[in-house]
Amino acid sequence: MRNLLSIDDLDRADVERICDRARSFAEVGRRDIKKVPTLRGRTIVSLFYESSTRTSSSFELAAKRLSADVVSIKSAGSSVDKGESLRDTIATLSAYGPEAIIIRSPQAGAAALVAGWTEAAVINAGDGKHEHPSQALLDVYTLIERVGPLDGKRIWIVGDVAHSRVARSCIRAFGLMGARVTLAGPPTLIPRGIDELGCEVSYTLDDLGEADVVYALRMQRERMTDSFVPSLREYAITYQINERRLGPRQLLMHPGPVNRGVELAPEVIDGPNSLITTQVASGLLVRMAILYEILAGSGERPRPVRGVEQAPEPASPIGGPA
Amino acid sequence: MNRAGTSNGTAPSTAIADLDWRGGASAAGPLVIRGAHALDPGSGLDRICDLVIRDGRIAEIAESGAGRAPEGAEEIDAAGLHAFPAFFDPHVHLRSPGQEHKEDIETGTRAAAAGGYCGVVAMANTDPVVDDPAHVLALRERAQAEASVPTGFVATVTRGMRGEELTEMAAIRAAGAVGFSDDGLPIASARVMRRALQYQHLVGGTILLHEEDPELSGDGVMNEGPVSAALGLSGVPAVSESVMIARDAALCLYEDATAHVQHLSARVSVEAVETAKAAGAKLTAELTPHHLVLTDEEVRSLDARFKMNPPLRTEDDRQALIEALRRGTVDCIGTDHAPHAIDEKDVPFEIAMMGVTGLETAFAVLYTELVLPGVLDLGLIVERMGAGARLFDLDQPEIAVDAAANVVLVDLEHDWEGGAEGWESRSDNSCFHGRALKSRPMITIVGGEVAFRRRSFSMRVAG
Repeated sequence: MRNLLSIDDLDRADVERICDRARSFAEVGRRDIKKVPTLRGRTIVSLFYESSTRTSSSFELAAKRLSADVVSIKSAGSSVDKGESLRDTIATLSAYGPEAIIIRSPQAGAAALVAGWTEAAVINAGDGKHEHPSQALLDVYTLIERVGPLDGKRIWIVGDVAHSRVARSCIRAFGLMGARVTLAGPPTLIPRGIDELGCEVSYTLDDLGEADVVYALRMQRERMTDSFVPSLREYAITYQINERRLGPRQLLMHPGPVNRGVELAPEVIDGPNSLITTQVASGLLVRMAILYEILAGSGERPRPVRGVEQAPEPASPIGGPA
Repeated sequence: MNRAGTSNGTAPSTAIADLDWRGGASAAGPLVIRGAHALDPGSGLDRICDLVIRDGRIAEIAESGAGRAPEGAEEIDAAGLHAFPAFFDPHVHLRSPGQEHKEDIETGTRAAAAGGYCGVVAMANTDPVVDDPAHVLALRERAQAEASVPTGFVATVTRGMRGEELTEMAAIRAAGAVGFSDDGLPIASARVMRRALQYQHLVGGTILLHEEDPELSGDGVMNEGPVSAALGLSGVPAVSESVMIARDAALCLYEDATAHVQHLSARVSVEAVETAKAAGAKLTAELTPHHLVLTDEEVRSLDARFKMNPPLRTEDDRQALIEALRRGTVDCIGTDHAPHAIDEKDVPFEIAMMGVTGLETAFAVLYTELVLPGVLDLGLIVERMGAGARLFDLDQPEIAVDAAANVVLVDLEHDWEGGAEGWESRSDNSCFHGRALKSRPMITIVGGEVAFRRRSFSMRVAG
C-alpha cells in the first residue's frame, strides 16, 4: 500500500491484513511501555485543515507508539491562514522529507491531489464529504473483533448521510467485507443515486429490527437552518436510536462526537450494546496498523530516507520497548 | 461599422468581418486555394475544387486546377484538406478587462483563429463587468488593435451583473455592443428578466441567457446524481436549468421577445426548449462540445479540468443533446471557452473555478468523438459551428460565389494530442488535455485574409 486515499483503493485482503496487524498491536497497548521502535527516525506530518479531536489525536498517538517523529499542523495560526495554497504548503512540508503526510481537508479529493504533489505517502484523514477511510477501517475492525466475519451481516447506517464522509467510506468498507448495508434517514439527507454504491435506502426505521448493527451518524444543528429537517425534535422523534428501537441483540456504533438526545438517546450510548468507546480504542490500533502497513508493510519497502541510513530493525511490529 | 439604433427585428444582416478586429484595414491580396474538398451544407457544395478569393470575397469556385489565379495571388496547395465555412463562436470569455492573467483579446482570438473560427462574441462577466457604453467602446478599440478574428462584445443585462437594475441598454447598443448577457450568472429575478425583454423592443440586440435557478443550484459543484452522491460533492440538479428555461420561455412568449439559451446541458432542458419552440416562443439554443462528448463520470477523477457550469451531466443527458442537435432543437454550437490560470484549477475540485477552454479543440473533439464513430454527420457539425453568427444578425459563413471569404482548411487525417504542443490560449484548462484527437484546422481565412496558418502545415507545403 502506497497511500490510503479511499476505501475504493483497497481489496478485502488489504483490509484483513490491516485488521490482523491492528490485533497484534493490541498486545503492545497492554504493556507498561506502550511503544515499539518500528518507525524510529521517520517523520510524519499531520496537517489538519478542519478542527478534529479524535482523528488527529488518534493518528498522532499511533505515530508516537511506533516511535515516529510527528509534526502536527492545524490550519489556525499556520501559513494556511495567510492564504498559502495547498500546493505551496505541501511543497514546503515536503522539503522536510517526511515519510508520510496525514491530511484532513474540507474539500473532496484534497488527499488525492496531495499524493500527486509529494513523494511522501499520503493518508486521507477525511476529505470534505467524500471519504474518511481510517474511520471505516477502525469500524470494520471493531465489528470483526465483536462478531467475527461481516459476510451477510446487516448494517443500518442511520442519519445525515448527505453530509457524512464516514457514511461514504463505511458503505464501501462494509460492502467490501460482505455486509449488507441499508441507509436510513430523511429524504432530504439521503443523496440521490447513493444506492449505486451498493446499498439499500429506507426513509423510515420500520424495518430496523432486521439490522445486526445500527450505525448512527452525527446530526448537525445547522442542517435545521438549511431546511433539511424542520427541527431536531422532529428528527429525534423519527430517527433517534433509543431503547425502544434498539433490540437486545443489536449492536450500536457512532463515529462521534455524539449529540446526546438527538441521534442517540442517552441510555443506548452507555448501554451494553454500544461499541462507541470500543471504536475509539480500536481507532488507535487501526491507525498504528495503517501507518505500519504504509511505511513498514510487507508489500513494498519504504523508500530510502534521504541522507539517513535505512533503519535496520526487522519488519515485526512487536519489537522490544524502545 | 454602425449598429446603433436598430429597431426591433428588422436589423439588416452584417458581415462578420465588420466586427472589430485588426484585419480588414487594407485590402488583402488575392488567394487561390487549390484542390481542397469543399463542404458547405448551406450552399450544397461537396466536391474537390479551387476557390479563388479576391477583395475579401469568394470570386470563383472552379474545377480543381482550373481556378484562374489573379495577379499576385498566393496559391495554397490544399490537396488532401477539407474547406469548410469558417466557424463562429457566440460564446467565449476573453477575460479582458481585469483578468488578463487568464486570457486577453489577443490570446483568446488567436486561439479562435487556430480553432478555425472567423469570429467570436465575448461575454461581459469581466472585472469590472462590461455594463456601460465606455467599456464597450474601450473593448472595441482594443479589438481593432489586437484581435486576430472579428470580435463582438456583449454587455451585461444588469448593472454590475447584480440582477437588480438594467444597464443603459440603448446607449450600450449605440456604442456597438452586439447583445446582452449576464452569462456566468442567471437573471434570478423574473421581474428584471421581464423588463429586459420589454426593453429589447426598443434597443434590439440578442439577449443571451445563462439558465440556472440559484436556489436549486445552491452550493453545487457538479451534476447531481450517483457520481455526486458517491463523491460527497454538492450537486446541481438538471431541473435547476430547465425550470429557468421554462420561466424565460413563458416571459418571451408573453412579451413577444426573443432570447437565446446558452449551453444546454440536460435532457429536461432540451424538452423545455422543444416545448417552448412548439408553443411559438422565439428562442434559440446552443450547446458546447464538452457537453456533447463528456459525462459526469469524468468527475470521478476529481480533476478540476472537468469542472464547469453548467456541469457535465449523465450519459442519458448527453444522448438527448446529440439528438437535439440532430433534430434542430439546438441551433448552434458554442464553446463557452472559459480560460482560468493554473493556480485557479490546480486546487481541490470544490474550490476550483468553473470553466474550461474550448476554442482550439472544438472541431477536432466533435469530429473525433461524434463524426468518426458515425454518430453525427460532418455537414451537420460544420453547419452548427457557423450558425452562431445568425444570433447577432450576422451572415453565417458559407462557401458560395460572392460570399465573404470566411473559410477554414482542415486536415481530417491529422493526429494530435490535446495540449501536447501547448495552446495559443494563455490558459491550459482544457478538459481534452491529453486526449488523442484526429483532424485539425490548418489555415483560417477571414474576410479573405489569412488569420491563422499552422506552422506544421506551412513546413509541409515548403518541404
